[in-house]
Amino acid sequence: MVVAAKKPAVAKAATPKAPVKAAAKSPARRSEKTGAVAEFSKEEELDAYRKMLEIRRFEEKAGQLYGMGLIGGFCHLYIGQEAVVVGMQAALREGDQVITGYRDHGHMLATGMDPKGVMAELTGRRGGYSKGKGGSMHMFSTEKGFYGGHGIVGAQVSLGTGLAFANRYRDNGNVSLTYFGDGAANQGQVYESFNMAELWKLPVVFIIENNKYAMGTAVNRASAQTDFSKRGASFNIPGEQVDGMDVRAVTAAGARAVEFARSGKGPYILEMLTYRYRGHSMSDPAKYRSKEEVQKMRTEHDPIEQVRARLLEKKWASEDELKAIDAEIRDRMNAAADFASADPEPDVAELYTDVLR
Amino acid sequence: MPTEVLMPALSPTMEKGNLAKWLKKEGDQVKSGDVIAEIETDKATMEVEAIDEGTLGKILVPEGTQDVAVNTPIAVILADGEDASAAAAPSPKAAESAPPAAAAPVEPSPVTASAPATPAVINSAVANPPQPEVMPEADVPEGTEFVNQTMREALRDAMAEEMRRDGDVFVMGEEVAEYQGAYKITQGLLQEFGARRVIDTPITEHGFAGVGVGAAFTGLKPIVEFMTFNFAMQAIDQIINSAAKTLYMSGGQVHSSIVFRGPNGAAARVAAQHSQDFTAWYSHIPGLKVVAPYTAADAKGLLKSAIRDPNPIIFLENEILYGHASPVPKLDDYTVPIGKAKIARPGKDVTIVAWSIGMNYALKGAEELAKLGIEAEVIDLRTIRPLDIETVIASVKKTGRAVTVEEGWSQSGVGAEIVAQLVEKAFDYLDAPVLRVTGKDVPMPYAANLEKLALPSVQDVVDAARAVTYR
Repeated sequence: MVVAAKKPAVAKAATPKAPVKAAAKSPARRSEKTGAVAEFSKEEELDAYRKMLEIRRFEEKAGQLYGMGLIGGFCHLYIGQEAVVVGMQAALREGDQVITGYRDHGHMLATGMDPKGVMAELTGRRGGYSKGKGGSMHMFSTEKGFYGGHGIVGAQVSLGTGLAFANRYRDNGNVSLTYFGDGAANQGQVYESFNMAELWKLPVVFIIENNKYAMGTAVNRASAQTDFSKRGASFNIPGEQVDGMDVRAVTAAGARAVEFARSGKGPYILEMLTYRYRGHSMSDPAKYRSKEEVQKMRTEHDPIEQVRARLLEKKWASEDELKAIDAEIRDRMNAAADFASADPEPDVAELYTDVLR
Repeated sequence: MPTEVLMPALSPTMEKGNLAKWLKKEGDQVKSGDVIAEIETDKATMEVEAIDEGTLGKILVPEGTQDVAVNTPIAVILADGEDASAAAAPSPKAAESAPPAAAAPVEPSPVTASAPATPAVINSAVANPPQPEVMPEADVPEGTEFVNQTMREALRDAMAEEMRRDGDVFVMGEEVAEYQGAYKITQGLLQEFGARRVIDTPITEHGFAGVGVGAAFTGLKPIVEFMTFNFAMQAIDQIINSAAKTLYMSGGQVHSSIVFRGPNGAAARVAAQHSQDFTAWYSHIPGLKVVAPYTAADAKGLLKSAIRDPNPIIFLENEILYGHASPVPKLDDYTVPIGKAKIARPGKDVTIVAWSIGMNYALKGAEELAKLGIEAEVIDLRTIRPLDIETVIASVKKTGRAVTVEEGWSQSGVGAEIVAQLVEKAFDYLDAPVLRVTGKDVPMPYAANLEKLALPSVQDVVDAARAVTYR
C-alpha cells in the first residue's frame, strides 16, 4: 500500500490533546437514539465535575452581579446545560474551533478561557475579552479557538460552517464545533449551511442544544419536527439524539461525531437533550413552564449531581473532598467577580478603536 | 413574404455584438430551431436560432463583422417561391423574427484568461464613455504604457493577480467557476486556480456570505461575488452584523479581510427588484469600506487594494460599465488607495461630485456645461466610505457651488451626506444651496420610457449646475 505523504498540519495541531475516549465507529447515516455512554475513570469523573461546577458557579455569580446592576443588558445563563460543552470539549484538540450563539459563557469556560476575562466582559470593563466592547453575547478568544459569542440567532451556523470551510481549504485536519439552540434550528440559514457543509464535506459538528424552549416558546409550539437529530436527513447528514444531561453520553457522542468530521466524512448533527434551569435571560420570569417541571429536572437529571453521586458511590471522592473542590471553585469565581467589579471601564479612547483594522 | 433575421439582443444591456460565424450558407434550407449563426457578446458566444422555415436567401452581414447593432437585419429567410430581391424593402414587422433573447441557448464561452473575449462596448449610455481629463494614475511612473481594457477584464485581472500573489485569497459565489461568471468577471479563474479556490456555491446568499465571513475569521481572504447586490439583501445580516461588527465586538481580536463584490444599481429593463443602488445602505455602516469605481484602471487598482485590505469591503460594480473600456496602466502591481477621491475634470465654476455610473452623467453634463461657458470640476469619489470629503471641500472652496449625482434615491442618500458635511464644514464657502441629482423616489419601473425617467439624466446635471451657478 502506498501511503501518500501527509500535508503538513498546523504545527500546534499535531497531537490530540486528549485521547479519543470512545470507539469511533462510523454510525449509520440516519437519526438514532443512542444510550451509549463512555465509561469514565476516576480522573475523568473528577475533571468533568470540576469543569461543570466551574460553569455553574460562574453563572450563579454572574446572576448575582446582574442583580446588583454590575452586568447590564441581556445575560443568558447556562445553568443546567453544563454537561454539553464539557463533554464536547473532551473530543477536541488544539486548533479545533468552537462557535455558538449568545448563551455562551459555558462554552468560553469550557474552552479554557479565563473566568476573570469573561466576567470582566460581562461587567463591561477593560480587562474583558473584548475590552468591554462586546458584553455577554460577544466574546472571542482566537487563542482558545473560540469564535464567539454571536447575538443573531442562527448566524453562527453559517459562520461555523465557514470555520470548517477554512479547515478544509487549509487541509489542517481541524474540526469546527458549531452550537445552536432549538430556536435557531428553525432559521433558514441553518439549512443553507447544512447543504453546503454536506455538499463540500466540511469538518463541522452541528450541536443543537435543545433546552426545550426558544425563549418562551416550547419546542412543540415552534417546530414541526421536534426530533432535531433528523433535521439534516434531507441533506444526508447523520444525526443522533444524546442525553445532554449525562456528561458521559455527551463525551461518547462527541468523540464519534468529531472523529467522523475529522476523517473527512462531512458534517454530523448531535441533538443534545438538555434543560436550562433559569429563564431565557435574566429578565425572564419563565412563566411559560411550571416550577415542578424545573424541579423535576434539577432533582432527577442534574448533570453535576449525577457525577457527584457516582464519585461518592464509587468512593472516588469523599464529601469533604468534593466540598474542597467546590470551595476552591467558589474562591476563583469570587476572585473573577472581584476583578470584574474593580477593573476600570474602558478608556474613552476605546470608543473609536477596532472599528477598522 | 421574405422574413428578415435581426441581430438579437442577448442580454438586458446588450446594444451591439459581433457576428462570429454563419453556420448556414445562402441557399440552405432552414427549419425553426436550426442554429444559423453564432453571435459573440462581451460575455459569451451565443447561438442564433431560426424561428421561420424557408431558405436562407441572403446573408446581409458577413461573418467576422464587429459591433453589429441590435435589430440590424443580418439575413433574409425566403418562403417557397420567393427570391432574395423581394427582401429589398424592410418589413415593418421584421422585428418579430428576431429570436427572443431568452430562447437563445447560452453557450459558455470557451475563452480563457489568457485569451479574453474581444471587448465590445455594449450600452448606448456609455457607447462613447467620457474619459476623465485628469488621469487617476498620478502615481504611475512617467512613460508607463497604458492598455485599453474593459472594466470586466480589469476586475478579472485584479482578482487573478491577487490570487497568484496570496494563496489565502479565493473567490466564491453563484456561477463563478464552471459558468465563468454570470457577467463573466471570473472568466478563466477556474482554469488557472482550480476548484479549490474558485468555488461555485448553491443559490444561498445568506448562507455563503456567512461561510465567507467565518472563513475570513480564521485569516483567509475571501472574495464573495454576489450575482448582483440585489440578492445581497438576503445576506445583509451577515455582512453587517458579522463582517462589519466583529472586529469591534471582539476588542480587535477577530477581523474579516473579505471583499463582497458584484454589480450594483440599475442595469437595463430588469425592473424594481433587480435595479437598486445600495451605495447609501452600506455607506451607513461603521466597520465597512465601500468602493465604487468608474474607470477600468480604478476598478483594477481598487479591487487589488480591497483584496489586500484587512477589513470587510463592499465593492460596488456596475453592469452597464462592465463593457466600458478605458486605459489601464500596464504595471506588474497597480493599486489605487481606498479612501481617495480624484478630480476627473478640473473646473472653477461648480463642483460636481459623483462615482460609479454617476460619473457618466457628471462628465457628459460637464461637457454640455462647457458649451454654456460653465467650467465644472468633476470629482470621482471612487470610495464612498471612508468618504474623502476633504477633496470635495477643497474644490468647493474654489467653486463655491456643488451638485451631487447618484442613481440611488435621495432620502438619506450619499448626496444627502455630502450636502450635510458641506454645510457643517464648508458653509462659509458656499454661494448657493447644494443640489442633488438622484434617482426618482419610486421603485424602478419596467417600461422603457418610465425607466428612463426614473434615472438621473445628463440634463438633470446641467439643470442643477445652472441653478447653483444662477446661469
